[in-house]
Amino acid sequence: MSSPTESAAVQVSPDGQGSTPAGRSSGDPDTLLQARGLCRTFGHGSSLVRAVDDVSFSLGRQEIVTIVGESGSGKSTLARLILRLLDPTAGSVYLDGNDVTSWRGRRLKAYWRDVQAVFQDPFSSFNQFFTVRKLLRRSLSLSSGGAGTDGETQMAQALEHVGLSPDEVLDKWPHQLSGGQRQRVMIARALMLRPRILVADEATSMLDASLRANILNVLADLRRDYDMTILFITHDIGQACYVSDRILVMCEGKLVEQGPTDDVIFNPQHEYTKRLLADVPRLHDSILG
Amino acid sequence: MSDLMTTTSVLLRANRLKAAYSVAGGQIVAVDDVSLEVRKGEVLGVAGESGCGKSTLGAVLSLTVRPPLFVLGGELEIEGEQLDLGPDKEPPREWRGEVVSLLPQGAMNSLSPTLRIRDFAYDVIRAHRPQTRRDEALDRVRQRLEQLDLPARVLDCYPHQLSGGMKQRVVTVISGLLDPRLLIADEPTSALDVSSQRILIEMLREMLSQQMIGGVIFITHDLPVLNTIADRIAIMYAGQIAEVGYTSDIINRPRHPYSAALLSSVLVPEPQIRRTRVRGIPGAPPSLLNPPAGCRFHPRCELAMDVCRTEVPPQVGAELRFSRCWWAEQHPDESLEVGG
Repeated sequence: MSSPTESAAVQVSPDGQGSTPAGRSSGDPDTLLQARGLCRTFGHGSSLVRAVDDVSFSLGRQEIVTIVGESGSGKSTLARLILRLLDPTAGSVYLDGNDVTSWRGRRLKAYWRDVQAVFQDPFSSFNQFFTVRKLLRRSLSLSSGGAGTDGETQMAQALEHVGLSPDEVLDKWPHQLSGGQRQRVMIARALMLRPRILVADEATSMLDASLRANILNVLADLRRDYDMTILFITHDIGQACYVSDRILVMCEGKLVEQGPTDDVIFNPQHEYTKRLLADVPRLHDSILG
Repeated sequence: MSDLMTTTSVLLRANRLKAAYSVAGGQIVAVDDVSLEVRKGEVLGVAGESGCGKSTLGAVLSLTVRPPLFVLGGELEIEGEQLDLGPDKEPPREWRGEVVSLLPQGAMNSLSPTLRIRDFAYDVIRAHRPQTRRDEALDRVRQRLEQLDLPARVLDCYPHQLSGGMKQRVVTVISGLLDPRLLIADEPTSALDVSSQRILIEMLREMLSQQMIGGVIFITHDLPVLNTIADRIAIMYAGQIAEVGYTSDIINRPRHPYSAALLSSVLVPEPQIRRTRVRGIPGAPPSLLNPPAGCRFHPRCELAMDVCRTEVPPQVGAELRFSRCWWAEQHPDESLEVGG
């Protein structure tokens, strides 16, 4: 944990919700979230692993930004840092210009109302003993509202948004749902809280291709309807190419390239990005020649 | 295709395979009347959505069927040797691993965490050939690794010391140790990142060309991967084969609406997907407890006609290239447009 000197320009108001300081260093009025110099190491001595190594980036409002990289490149660790599920070894995360890196307790809970997540495995993210209704209701209790009929409406709306019929799924147990349905319930859960930022860590990787496109479309539409910003994390360049405005390429904990999707995918500059793209199997020409 | 080619180079002929899971509500026929052919040296891809029966087909072909799954009937013919399958017929022990070998889903997790790779490989060989001496077995494994350009030092490693990609390569080598005529690989690349995928695909190709394996059935939901390895592709839907054809035909000129829909929903980093809104396939595959009448795809098919709702579609085309579809029947030599 640290409060680096580089964040001196950013003042945190006592309640953590204050107005954005004028001296914000990014200069972009629409910057919503910012990561500066994030580092996270695991282990020590000779077995020290730099999972995330000096990563800085920003998310603009209503942007879809994707982090791509191979397994072990540190994508998921970075997601956990942004979600404040893991403390960084160094560096800070800013939301609306406020340093949230050391937030605890009530303020952290408030942060989670703004920043929600959907994870990869829809088979391990459910409590087997809760019906969908109970699961969603518990999440609603995180937000201020959600009691009584109001909550019921919110749950139904969120489920309909992801193409599920509330009557069919609300009283089901997780084992009665298919993988695709489960993942959509998880997305509905996150949406219900109307987060400003959704972190989707490989959220569509375990779904069939036939469903994947639909879910990505839902996410892309919701950012307009709900004024949402999405940080999407995937190893699948095809999905990244389809859905993102900007792409960040991660390799061994470092961001090696970032830019607008068309630039990164169709005109990559960094050797690693070129190699990664060369290995992606295509439909219309074979990589093996 | 000449007669000579089709008769002399056939490695596997599977005839009318039928297998079902027995459940409380009845039988789920997950492989329903599936016939297919694999020629020598060929990679046949099997693709389809989750729950379409791909893995069940793999279990039937690899003779690894276990309750609650039961084989109801069918025949296998591998290099001229016949085998009748049925609920009461125990397949011969010596076929498993030596004639057909299964590389199961999530295979890289099937290594024993407490055994070094060399001990695991020795166990596998000894289970099939009890008389093999330990040094003979290890020589064989070492030789194989060298032939495939893998470092022999992995033999001394425990699984946790290897990367996911390396574990998958090692398990693949082990599944080919007994020179099986047919390797059935179930989603072998799905847990790997693209670089490891490419290396594994190149290795499978090498195993084929060095005749360590006679042919491969490659089961996956990933059509771009099949485009890089398969000679032919079989598209499965609801326990049946919807379409079979040469890879480039299936990908560029599909003749079954389901193949076209699957292809349209694939997201690859090619410029056109930045400009289009890709649509997935509406709905979900049917429950096989009670599959739809007529063509099983008709509730999700945009081209469905009256006949599709009542009559089972005919097989249009020959053994190596056919589509089971009324549209294909009425539109000979035409193909469906993908995407858009």
